[in-house]
Amino acid sequence: MAEFALPKHSKIVKGIDYPLNNEAENTKKINVYRWSPDDDENPRIDSYTIDLDQCGPMVLDALIKIKQEIDSSLTFRRSCREGICGSCSMNIDGTNTLACLKSIDDVKGDINIYPLPHMEVIKDLVPDLSKAYEQLTSVKPWLQSKSDPENGKSRKQSPKEREKIDGLWECVLCFSCSTSCPSYWWNGDKYLGPAVLLQAYRWIADSRDENTEQRLEELEDSFKLYRCHTIMNCTKTCPKGLNPAKAIGEIKKLQLERK
Amino acid sequence: MQSKSHGVAHWKLQRISAIAMIPLVIWFVSSLTFSLINSYDQSVAWLQNPLNATGLVLLFGTLYFHAASGLQVVIEDYVHNEGLKIMSLILIKLLSILLGVLSILCVLKIYL
Repeated sequence: MAEFALPKHSKIVKGIDYPLNNEAENTKKINVYRWSPDDDENPRIDSYTIDLDQCGPMVLDALIKIKQEIDSSLTFRRSCREGICGSCSMNIDGTNTLACLKSIDDVKGDINIYPLPHMEVIKDLVPDLSKAYEQLTSVKPWLQSKSDPENGKSRKQSPKEREKIDGLWECVLCFSCSTSCPSYWWNGDKYLGPAVLLQAYRWIADSRDENTEQRLEELEDSFKLYRCHTIMNCTKTCPKGLNPAKAIGEIKKLQLERK
Repeated sequence: MQSKSHGVAHWKLQRISAIAMIPLVIWFVSSLTFSLINSYDQSVAWLQNPLNATGLVLLFGTLYFHAASGLQVVIEDYVHNEGLKIMSLILIKLLSILLGVLSILCVLKIYL
């Protein structure tokens, strides 16, 4: 059955409170999910109060400030700090997003930060994405072509053909969408999830790819594709403003046309 | 039960049956509302009209088919124990066939 009871060590307890010692006026309290595999303890919420006048504008700036100045054990992924690498995806203020694109001012009251939902946690805000990456590999997200490019040069694409992959190539694979999808929560082992299906469609829609039929055949499966029940959380949460639900809809449309 | 490639067929039939039910349900409800049936004899007379009997047989057929395919999706979503899943899928199919045939036979019994 669906798992209604939570596994051991799921109950989150109150953690350490780090108040601000100086008399800053512009402060914000940031509550962060903490869990370490090294001890046998339950996850806890640590609260850090920071001086916003001494901090950059984004939630990622606040996390980096906490790690540098208050608690160096706080663990999270980040790299580019400008929404290109997709590393700092996490659940902020109840929504999956990229910490580097989420403005501190956009959150009213305390900022609550959790790892991406329903994934195994490696430590603190770092989820285990290895299964999601395996699923991504399974759709072969690269150009497949049997023919050689004209004159041995680059493969040509008209502006119209190129337009078809707009809204698809921009995906940074942060998996905010897949981890916001209830269908992916319940059947993430078999359902590919919005992030991977958007990638699959990115290659189906690419005029240079010659393996379209095979790609569609691979996806024609009641679990891989059709667990999407158009809940639309994916589109709502995408920090890059993309529309994975539409990409999935386009795949379903193509399946209908070929059978 | 979840053989590869029943994906698109199941998806298509679920939507076709949903669309088919829109006019059928509107017809059925409005017939009951506006045809001024308020006695047993009038109900029997209404069902003995071949058009009404045909409509009702179609409605029951679509309804039970759609219910079964919808419940199948719910079970596939939430029931993760393989044995229990197969058992409940078979049960749903059998029950919907049983109720569908029963409903249609009832309509025919009055009609004939």
